[in-house]
Amino acid sequence: MKMNGESPLKKVCIICAKGTIEDVYATLVMANGAVMDGIEAKVFFTFFGLDAITIKQMNKIKTSTVGNPAMRAPGGLPFPTILGMLPGVEAGVSVMMKSQMEKLDIPPVDEFLEMITAGGGEIYACKLAMDMFKLEKEDLWEEVKAVLTVGEFYAMCGGENTQIIFT
Amino acid sequence: MTQKTIAGTTVDLNDEGYMVDASQWNREIALELAKEEGMELTDKHFEVLEYLRKAHANDETLTIRKVGKSGITDIKGLYKLFPGGPLKFSSKIAGIPKPASCV
Repeated sequence: MKMNGESPLKKVCIICAKGTIEDVYATLVMANGAVMDGIEAKVFFTFFGLDAITIKQMNKIKTSTVGNPAMRAPGGLPFPTILGMLPGVEAGVSVMMKSQMEKLDIPPVDEFLEMITAGGGEIYACKLAMDMFKLEKEDLWEEVKAVLTVGEFYAMCGGENTQIIFT
Repeated sequence: MTQKTIAGTTVDLNDEGYMVDASQWNREIALELAKEEGMELTDKHFEVLEYLRKAHANDETLTIRKVGKSGITDIKGLYKLFPGGPLKFSSKIAGIPKPASCV
């Protein structure tokens, strides 16, 4: 996309370190939006963000209902943190968020990742975080391209008009 | 907005080169618009274009996911047909507005 005669963005390198719905989807929407516009995208999942590419967890991610002052009940009513602590509330809110997204044609995590790789986007996992969480390559979604050190990831982030984004 | 004669027909284009009036579109215009993007259209391309035009006429919000589930092609195929802009270029060539969707 050419704007105001500026030279267009060519590549985005996105780092996802958190595993909540909002963090993971921010990453996925930005990565998918990039490949849809012909911008190269490389996504690096680390720490709790690894849940998004771990087969057992990827479609079970949740949003936290505790300690989030922007969390409101439908209709904009207040949602006190103490409510969010009750059993089942986090799961219920997460189901509600996912159904809202489905209405906007935003897919589940595994399908979203497939959309990104279908467009040539690349998905990577962080070696250090995998060691920490005792994860093996076999635990990861099959299209994860490689398990990388941070240095190896940075080596892919060169070139003009490249941006690193930390979600 | 500018007017331009494409394949013998005068059409209205916006600043980004998208057609303003979808009813002015025809296959010859599509072939010309595709050429400007450096593309040659096949029957498969036209199947996608017809699908997009129909969805647009029905006021549907278009996403690559929706096209991928249309039965015409999957998302990978859509990227192959319209490299670098599966929804952007296809909409432009289909004579419909630039999609306002983020997915």
